[in-house]
Amino acid sequence: MAAHVEDVASRVVQPTTAVHTGRLHPRRLPLHLTVVGITAIWLIPLVGLFVSSFRPTPAVLSTGWWHSFALPGDYTIANYSAVLERNNMLLSLFNSFAIVVPATLLTVVVSSAAAYALACMQFKLRSGVLLVIVTLLIVPVQITLVPLLRIFNSLDLTGSFLGLWLVHLGYGLPFAIYLLHNFFAALPRELFEAAEMDGARRSQIFFSIVLPLSRPALASLAIFEFVWTWNDLLTALIFLGGFSDVAPMTVAVSQLVASRGNGWEILTSAAMLSMVVPMVVFLAMQKHFVRGMLAGFAKG
Amino acid sequence: MIADRTTLTVAAVAVILVIGVGYLKLGDGVLARLAPAWNRKLVPWLFLAPAAAAMALTLVFPALLTVVLSFLSSDASRFVGFKNYTDTLTDPVTQIALRNTVLWVLLLPSMAVLIGLAIAVLAERVAYGGLVKAALFLPIAISAVAAGVIWTFMYDYQPPMATQTGTLNAILTMLSGREPVAWIVDEATNNYALIAATLWTQAGFAVVIFAAALRGIPEELHEAARLDGASEWKLFRYVTFPVLVPTVVVVATTMTVVALKAFDIVYVMTNGTYGTDVLSTVMYRELFTAKDNGVAGAVSTILMIAVVPIMVFNVRQFRRHSRES
Repeated sequence: MAAHVEDVASRVVQPTTAVHTGRLHPRRLPLHLTVVGITAIWLIPLVGLFVSSFRPTPAVLSTGWWHSFALPGDYTIANYSAVLERNNMLLSLFNSFAIVVPATLLTVVVSSAAAYALACMQFKLRSGVLLVIVTLLIVPVQITLVPLLRIFNSLDLTGSFLGLWLVHLGYGLPFAIYLLHNFFAALPRELFEAAEMDGARRSQIFFSIVLPLSRPALASLAIFEFVWTWNDLLTALIFLGGFSDVAPMTVAVSQLVASRGNGWEILTSAAMLSMVVPMVVFLAMQKHFVRGMLAGFAKG
Repeated sequence: MIADRTTLTVAAVAVILVIGVGYLKLGDGVLARLAPAWNRKLVPWLFLAPAAAAMALTLVFPALLTVVLSFLSSDASRFVGFKNYTDTLTDPVTQIALRNTVLWVLLLPSMAVLIGLAIAVLAERVAYGGLVKAALFLPIAISAVAAGVIWTFMYDYQPPMATQTGTLNAILTMLSGREPVAWIVDEATNNYALIAATLWTQAGFAVVIFAAALRGIPEELHEAARLDGASEWKLFRYVTFPVLVPTVVVVATTMTVVALKAFDIVYVMTNGTYGTDVLSTVMYRELFTAKDNGVAGAVSTILMIAVVPIMVFNVRQFRRHSRES
């Protein structure tokens, strides 16, 4: 009984440290095993790819990547130089930039203007438009592909970056507007009402008050759009028509996969290369990414 | 070519910024000359028009056209009623795809909720929790294509006597002494293997959302329950979990949509062979290999119908929220 009271007392006094004890208590072993186990499942594939991408071809084909730890020194960057030399991989990297950077910027510009109107202005169809956007949030883009491809074919937009920018813009807008609308709607009204009283135009308020105040939200959105468009395969496959001179990284890597026999071993380095840019963006701006994720999804 | 791409990127950025700013400033200036009543009516549309046009042209209009196309023949020349639907629904390929899509919709959301919740809760209880969350978070930035490559290597299969180069089979043969499994060829395992690979890319999303929701629970609530002598499990079951139910719904619906849209991982890892087709891969083949717009339209309309319940739910939630605020 006394022990019980003491136990309760210690928890009351130090509620958090009671949970966080660093010592390895036998009763906590299942907890550690579960957590470490799940973490291992998530990390091992990444480590495996990373290690494999630096192993010489014969080694990759004959032994598992973990064997390379036994013979240190047997690493090479030949896979990376090989992948950059073939299949227009370097060009694909720049294609990805040429697709993703303008598409992201376009989405941020167009959606911020729309979100400003929806969050800060009163007009007739406002709530109707918002409802349409919430509906469009989860429309599977697959349903638009058939007619859109026909329209693009007749306008000669297939295989062009302009076409793909427009598609990414349209597909990205519902989420982008929704995210920014949530943020703009939470801005204190007095800020721009005072400016309106002073006769400031909407565009002035937008550029000099709303946008500067919303930098964190704009950053979140930009990172989201960047990573999503960079990682997109389906849209690029369909609207670029599989021409290798305009193919982004995702398409180039998927073509490498399709043609296994030739280049199976350099697939690892190609996959690594395709991951570097979004990973760097993501890791450098993790806070914004998480904030955007919470604002965009958790508010449901 | 590379120089071309760089120039294009820079030029596009400049053009977008100049046109964007110019459009709003000039448009606003022009509208300012109108009577105040008209100005008030039209200014919102000045800001909204580009977005509305882009969404109408790429989403609303094509989606409606798809539904129309699904009732027309492959070259859209005549009305065929429900023929495309009956054709595709009686096709064994589509039936397998439907079965698999159901499997995806059942497994991906439930596993994402389970893993996300478990890691978000358990990471709070170990000293290295931050590291654990980071590990699960990392694959979010990885494309399904790269994830497909990663997991193709993980699932790699070599004949029983050869050295297993795939991580999973190496572990399996070493620990249990059993024959290696051809994970992505064997029809008993391949769909689960693909769903697991997708789960690997998506679980971090669930962890982030759950971790944030957990932080939102006041600590006093837990302290009070502990004072009453509640065990950690009871604490979770009766205090933490009820608060998290709305979050479970958010994660589950988001993952359901991900499962319904699944395409990239399947395309890269199996291209729908060995009975791994999902609705999207069937639609892609109808569109590009069979060039049958009618059937492709029917398949994507089926996909669309599948998300309607989630759509209705989201709209209702949104309306409730806007009424509250």
